[in-house]
Amino acid sequence: MDYAALSANLLLVSFIAYLVGTLFFGGAVKVSKTEKTYKDSMWGKIGIVVTIIGFVAQLGYFITRWIAAGHAPVSNMFEFTTAFSMMLVGSFILIFFIYKTPSLGLFALPIAIVIIAYASMFPREITPLIPALKSYWLTVHVITAALGESILAISAVAGLIYLAKNVDLTKKSKERFWLEAVMFTVVLVLGFVVSSTAFSLSGYEADFTYVDKNGKASEMTYNMPPLFGMSEYEQVTTDTMKPWFEMPAIVNAKTLTTFVWSLFTGIILYILIRLIFRRPIAALLQPFAKKANSQLMDEIGYRSVLIGFPVFTLGALIFAMIWAHEAWSRFWGWDPKEVWALITWLFYAAFLHLRLSQGWEGKKSAWLAVAGFVIIMFNLVAVNLIIAGLHSYA
Amino acid sequence: MSKIKCQCGHENPFGTVLCEKCGRPLTDEAQKSEMVDMRYEGSARRSQTYKKSVIDKIWNFFSSVKIGVSIIIAVLATSAIGTIFPQKFYVPVSGNDPSEYLEYYERLYGTVGKLYYQLGFYDMYNSWWFKVLIGMLGTSIIIASLDRVIPLYKSLTKQRTKRHPSFMKRQRIYGASNVSDPDESFNNAEKALKDLHYKVKVEDGAILAEKNRFGRWGPYVNHTGLIIFLLGVLMRGIPGFYVDETMWIREGETREIPGAPGYLLENVDFSVETYSKGEADEVFGEAIDNNGAIVSEFKSDVKLYKEKEGSLPGSSDVEFMKEYPIIVNKPLKFDGYSIFQMDYKTGELKTMTFSLMNKKTEQSVGEFTIDLNEPAKDYDLGNGTSIELMEYYADYDGIVDGQPSSKSPIPNNPAFIFNMKTPEHPDGEKSFVAIRQTLEVEPNDYEAKFLSAETRDASGLTIRKDKTLYILLLGGIVFMIGVIQGSYWQHRRIWIQKGSGSEMLIAAHTNKNWYTLKKDLDKVKEVATLPTYTDKQDKEAVIDTTEGETK
Repeated sequence: MDYAALSANLLLVSFIAYLVGTLFFGGAVKVSKTEKTYKDSMWGKIGIVVTIIGFVAQLGYFITRWIAAGHAPVSNMFEFTTAFSMMLVGSFILIFFIYKTPSLGLFALPIAIVIIAYASMFPREITPLIPALKSYWLTVHVITAALGESILAISAVAGLIYLAKNVDLTKKSKERFWLEAVMFTVVLVLGFVVSSTAFSLSGYEADFTYVDKNGKASEMTYNMPPLFGMSEYEQVTTDTMKPWFEMPAIVNAKTLTTFVWSLFTGIILYILIRLIFRRPIAALLQPFAKKANSQLMDEIGYRSVLIGFPVFTLGALIFAMIWAHEAWSRFWGWDPKEVWALITWLFYAAFLHLRLSQGWEGKKSAWLAVAGFVIIMFNLVAVNLIIAGLHSYA
Repeated sequence: MSKIKCQCGHENPFGTVLCEKCGRPLTDEAQKSEMVDMRYEGSARRSQTYKKSVIDKIWNFFSSVKIGVSIIIAVLATSAIGTIFPQKFYVPVSGNDPSEYLEYYERLYGTVGKLYYQLGFYDMYNSWWFKVLIGMLGTSIIIASLDRVIPLYKSLTKQRTKRHPSFMKRQRIYGASNVSDPDESFNNAEKALKDLHYKVKVEDGAILAEKNRFGRWGPYVNHTGLIIFLLGVLMRGIPGFYVDETMWIREGETREIPGAPGYLLENVDFSVETYSKGEADEVFGEAIDNNGAIVSEFKSDVKLYKEKEGSLPGSSDVEFMKEYPIIVNKPLKFDGYSIFQMDYKTGELKTMTFSLMNKKTEQSVGEFTIDLNEPAKDYDLGNGTSIELMEYYADYDGIVDGQPSSKSPIPNNPAFIFNMKTPEHPDGEKSFVAIRQTLEVEPNDYEAKFLSAETRDASGLTIRKDKTLYILLLGGIVFMIGVIQGSYWQHRRIWIQKGSGSEMLIAAHTNKNWYTLKKDLDKVKEVATLPTYTDKQDKEAVIDTTEGETK
């Protein structure tokens, strides 16, 4: 059996199921007038069934890819990010059965969808393990860390609902600005997905030679029209555009080019949304958050941090240290990824202390939960792609 | 300081807010409030009580959670700054020359890089201020925990089943009303709470149902774990607790292991393997096409020896211990030491073979091979012909002050001065030979001509011994136990009490997860008629319950 192909198809099935699930949760929120109908809505029940089908399909993707590769599929950016989205949905399903809130699904599933789409922009082929990754700790450390992060992410989803419901969007305020900024960031990720897909469908390629920061001659292939050139670049493919600017050697001009194209596409998307609906995105979402009980969202936000924090500590710090000691001879080496895991941990420690003894509940707590998610995403995206360290396997 | 005597007769320590026994509010502030702060049960905490002496002030500073959180944020921020540019230990600058570091940061990152260096951010995690912050964090953890855990323990063990109504009224969840049959409600509630696995105490018409009190100790247990961890880190400074050395060892060599006196290591063979497309089947084919060769294994096959007891250091009187293939993720372990595969060099010169040629006839009169690491002095080619190796420069670096010089003992660029003794020239002809270069003082009849070279690989190994690892692991385990204990179990208490006449009072408290506490209460209410309670913090609940109860 061709497990690799089956695996790819299952992922597609789960992607579609999450899209459909989102619609049903939207329906659940839309049709319900009271808390009671909201909780017991038929739409919500179908929504969770579809979500579970999607989750099982994604679990199938994970298992078949594991069989095909012979190692846990968490060894590069695509695999890790996909696993993260799977666990996010898993955590949501768990929380749904405790609290029965369709709004949570309405916000959690789109985030999972965006994350899968983002993951798919990275090389998807099955890669054999380099020596440093050949250890059962790869499975143990990465899966536990991803699980912890995904449970923590649920708290950000609950926080987002809390804010979408409780921030007054009729008046100009800092809160309104930042809430819209969060929405804009999500659109930027979509911008990245749209521009990467468009250029990859068109088969765009431009080859360059350049001199890297250690003064060595290197080669680079752009998959997007090169806005920025690498240090001392020479064009190899001549029919492609000439970069507008040449960057110093420490800047990865290809990453910068991708970023600027994503930003550009994201801004256009955002303007289009604003033109079509004539309202900020946060205001578009507000009606869907209105049905959620604020106290419950606050509780879910707090509880998921309580549940996720120990799991994160175990996976991202303790297991990480044990493995680092086996593979790199030291349990802690201040590698950027390690430092950012510590920062995430410190941040949630501060969150818990503020909540417990300074009474930071409600909006403050919700903002912290969203900020925590931003830190997790920073560690996943920026630290891997910009601050290269030992963990840059992507 | 004087004790505070409550109306119930209990003597509370000075500074108590809520009577340890009956819960009556004792301070003006608590009496006026609608909801009392239950975090530490209103007990007398040192930091809230004594504020005069210097020690009080230091104690109060470190026991404050606000200060604690500020320290956490400071550590967080400094750590983040340390990741902007690579840290000192990841920078490819050899030696410890500050100016070279400055030059490196300035060359790559410009003025900002220079500033980063000058502010000391390039070695953030070894800087004194970072260490001070960690020290403050540790102090804060200890003092803040002690300040809270002792009085909390005292008041939780002294709490009485029957609480004063003024205590109940000030709980977040509270309800009071007349019920038709208080005694029946009371008994049903007692049974229902027992069914929900609460520990139920009954006293004088009052119920205290309690669950998971041990969850309250979680934070203090996890803080203990953190302190053990930090102590473990401190202990690495003790001599003999921590060894961190590196060694380069060539194939065929046997060397003493730095940091592990009495042990020797022989490098039998070093090898690098890559995934070949054929054997890695079609699954990895695409990845190998896209990325080129992917390494599957770095391996040093080694033999470990130990010097026999009583033998002199450096003697060859050794006993064989074991043979082991060191690969990444599988270090060689012995006697508390671990040896890791970290680096490698391939193609280092091992031997060079020359042929002695008669320049005129272009005939070889013999060949000789020089071991570049332990070159012999004389090479006899027979028939009265021999070579004397007069000088050897392993890593020839040009002529300095009229003398050839070698910049290292590693044979990267070997050069030789030969004295070639032949029947024609019994005293020998001198010749300087380096790679692609032969110098003669006066024209010679013979020359040493390079034929071939053998190379070998070298393994870069790291030797570690860390006696603190078990302490760190213990710290980690204790932390995990504490954090799970505090996060996954919530301390819930429900007070039910018969008031005057047919009135009943109900109050409840939990340190977290109010949702489940309310669910528990609702379950009790299903079997026992009890007053409707309100959650003073859930403002939207009024709508929810009225709409939700239309079953």
